[in-house]
Amino acid sequence: MAYLDAASTEPLHPAARDALLAAIDAGWADPARLYGTARRAQMLLERARAEVAELIGARADEVSFTSSGTQAVHLGVLGTLAGRRRAGRRLVASAVEHSSVLHAGEVHERDGGEVEIVGVGRTGRVDAEAFAAAVARPGTALACLQTANHEVGTLQPVEDAAEASREAGVPLLVDAAQSAGRLPVPGGWSVLTASAHKWGGPAGVGVLAVRKGVRWRSPLPEDERERRRVPGFENVPAIVAAAAALRARSAEAEAEGRRLAALTGRIRAEVPRLVPDVEVVGDPDLRLPHIVTFSCLYVEGEALLTELDKAGFAVSSGSSCTASTLRPSHVLEAMGVLTHGNVRVSLPRGVSEDDVDRFLAVLPGIVRRIRSSLGVR
Amino acid sequence: MWRRRPDGRDTRAEEPEAPPRPAEVPALTVDALGRKCPIPIIMLAERINQVPMGAVVAVLADDPAAFTDVPAWCRLKSHEHVASHELPQGGWSIHVRRNY
Repeated sequence: MAYLDAASTEPLHPAARDALLAAIDAGWADPARLYGTARRAQMLLERARAEVAELIGARADEVSFTSSGTQAVHLGVLGTLAGRRRAGRRLVASAVEHSSVLHAGEVHERDGGEVEIVGVGRTGRVDAEAFAAAVARPGTALACLQTANHEVGTLQPVEDAAEASREAGVPLLVDAAQSAGRLPVPGGWSVLTASAHKWGGPAGVGVLAVRKGVRWRSPLPEDERERRRVPGFENVPAIVAAAAALRARSAEAEAEGRRLAALTGRIRAEVPRLVPDVEVVGDPDLRLPHIVTFSCLYVEGEALLTELDKAGFAVSSGSSCTASTLRPSHVLEAMGVLTHGNVRVSLPRGVSEDDVDRFLAVLPGIVRRIRSSLGVR
Repeated sequence: MWRRRPDGRDTRAEEPEAPPRPAEVPALTVDALGRKCPIPIIMLAERINQVPMGAVVAVLADDPAAFTDVPAWCRLKSHEHVASHELPQGGWSIHVRRNY
């Protein structure tokens, strides 16, 4: 089986596996207690925090660990809105944010707040000027922008958004889930969120960093853990493994990123040549190294995934028939590109060139068979 | 989730618009109500050549994917997406002009 779905989750990095096994023995005790084993767990936790902080460009006391990237976003969005309630009740976010951002926005709307969604162009890139104008409107409490899109790989104009937010005096939440460990974390954020399993750490660890001076109030019941930002007992072994994976991954990022970008570049170029009526979506240049997404006309996304699975390829799709809802991906809708017959290929660290070659070899026949089964000539 | 305007108009940034023409009666209606994508697109592709050049085909569809996919198909195939009108019973009548 060729695993080409790294954007859903990256296989555990070997460095994370080693760190996890060691920390299960050394870091199981309650880091909030005062005896020896507890102090050792606390030391491991704080060392992991310092390491993650350094790699994302934060201070250690700005970083909290959550139970997932989704929880980091929920707490980041709702906590900043709560802390800024007196400044205003407007939330600005791009149309292609991760569903965790948009769902937090729905909670805010139900609570009487206002949400302004900023659209994207055909490549999925946010219009920086429209974003700046939305942020500058009075009463804006928080703006949210991802570093890069999780479905099509397009990089977002985070630096422009950070500058506009700074000028307007509005905090900017940057969701770095898809790029952390692969590309340097851009500066200029007020709140940063990320997810360890996307960079090769274990599942169950998210990162929430809140810049010193940004007003933040927990939307959840009071709890002592993680500087009162995140409720519940920390999973110290998983956090230690997450930090080890981020360190290892960041050290490899440049060389591996170049290699993966060349492979996704080849898929971008070859698929439209090998398969008729295909649209490759996302920005051809301003993109993540490991993601490439395309849509095949007259093909059902689910059939495509099933056939690729049978041929030994794990990929994902934003087509409606493959989602838990009956709606197609909100990202593809916002871009105005084909939503059916959609395939996202995302390459994990160390993927072999051979897997990419075989994918390109089997795809044309699979698409042809599905089309002919639907009566398309 | 990202939502469309309730009036069903596409509010995304579009290419510069052609000068407004009076609303046109479709030369052909393709009824794809109840059909899931990509079937509505396949039906449109099969039948668009049945109307004269420059005439309009109306695709009736209620799969949410069709709202995005019919205009995207027009762009890929160099036909013109004229407009999408919401239907009272749900779904849309999506008007496409045959360009070649």
